[in-house]
Amino acid sequence: MIVASTPPLVGYRRADGRIGIRDVIAVVYTVECARFVADSIAAGDDEVHVVGFGGCYPNDYAERMLHALCTHPNVGAVALVSLGCEGFDRERLQAVVRSSGRPCETFVIQERGGTRATIEHGRAWVRTTRRTMPDAPHDTFELSELVLGTICGGSDGTSGITANPSVGVAFDRFVAAGGTAIFEESGELIGCEYHMAGRAVTTSLAVEIEDRIRKAAAYYAAMGHGSFSPGNAEGGLTTLEEKALGAYSKSGSGPIHGVITPGQVAPAPGLYLLDVVPEGEPRWGYPNINDNAEIAELIACGAHVVLFTTGRGSVVGSAISPVIKVCANPETYRRMADDMDIDAGRILESATTIGQVADDLMALVEAVAAGQPTASERLGHREFVLTYKSAEPTGPSCLPIGVRGGR
Amino acid sequence: MSTARPSVPGLLRLALDDDVLIATRDLVAGPVACSDGGVVDVVEAIELGHKVAARDLVDGDPVVRYGMPIGVATRPIARGQWVHTHNLASRYIVTFAHRGGVS
Repeated sequence: MIVASTPPLVGYRRADGRIGIRDVIAVVYTVECARFVADSIAAGDDEVHVVGFGGCYPNDYAERMLHALCTHPNVGAVALVSLGCEGFDRERLQAVVRSSGRPCETFVIQERGGTRATIEHGRAWVRTTRRTMPDAPHDTFELSELVLGTICGGSDGTSGITANPSVGVAFDRFVAAGGTAIFEESGELIGCEYHMAGRAVTTSLAVEIEDRIRKAAAYYAAMGHGSFSPGNAEGGLTTLEEKALGAYSKSGSGPIHGVITPGQVAPAPGLYLLDVVPEGEPRWGYPNINDNAEIAELIACGAHVVLFTTGRGSVVGSAISPVIKVCANPETYRRMADDMDIDAGRILESATTIGQVADDLMALVEAVAAGQPTASERLGHREFVLTYKSAEPTGPSCLPIGVRGGR
Repeated sequence: MSTARPSVPGLLRLALDDDVLIATRDLVAGPVACSDGGVVDVVEAIELGHKVAARDLVDGDPVVRYGMPIGVATRPIARGQWVHTHNLASRYIVTFAHRGGVS
């Protein structure tokens, strides 16, 4: 048996067996009309995070996303804030959260007497509930119990040669040690499908990967824009396939064990592709309108920490799970050091290797899992985006042999 | 904070047969050392992260970076020239950029 030289990690063990590295109270608005009240209930407390869905029309994907997010291991309790007349099924969400063993209360603005009264009731509930939650993390866990997600945003010509391959090496090591890692954005992997299929652990998975990237290419073509922004071009990236090549390197070089969709928790450890593009005819607009929509999907798949690589310089964080910012471009790092956690651009300017940056990254993941705040957490970033979409959980052809889909 | 070291080449070759090299810092026109041990006469200013042609390319040539095609040359490109939206196009979808993708 190997004896660890560092103190054991301690977290919040949930009823479903998963470990939390934060103990957030989530305040959920179930329509935009309730958002101001939800924001007001959460105001002033860094450990109370606001998530929600703005639409008044019902949407199965959005409901499944919020079921997954409200029962995420980093969440300890949930307050639902409803206007009262919207389409979202708040009773079902409350039942899902309560059956997970978490405290959950619903505040319907039309029944509580309007804005002021609902804010008062909500804030009082948050205070009371916080007293019933543990003061400190209480159960030890192994780093390999964590789920890591990765995303790139504001990519430039340095992303694919510094930060992204560093995440890839970190993923290779983490998955080899028994961890679960998720890379995403099928629309940013166009051109990489055949190479990716060659890494699939089963032939049925290889076929699924090729089909799903073809689906993504057709979907973005129908939208008239690839997943490519003007800033990508200013940073030296010329084409979608060049951007994809860099983005793909975040996945490392190891076997790919499965494909999952937003809100689906990986059934076993391994490396997973998160397919963010809906099935069928394009009908909801862009699969993800911005980086935070993708981050929310990674977290809904159980990600405890998200590794966010950026060349141009993104500043965002997220509700629910910490975001580690890995800066690819050394000039961006010097300009925006406050917003960054890891300086991967030094690979371009010194003898630093990709392997050394991967070492730094995994050491930081461990520190963040032990409670150390990331740059975006320190700055108070708690972004959250959820829009209309459709997504169905994947089946056996997409999942590792011998495990059953879903949880 | 790291500082640029003169020993680090200004151009990076990611794979042996690549058609483009990557600027590791902002470059001015003139001879620039490459990580493959050679020297390239860069003919125009190149920003960090942008690409320089490693060899002469003709209109229609696939352009390879890190061993993978990233698009097609849309006009002749000479070794040492900047490679970007004005002379390289996607085979999948038109690139959306302001001002031709310059900052």
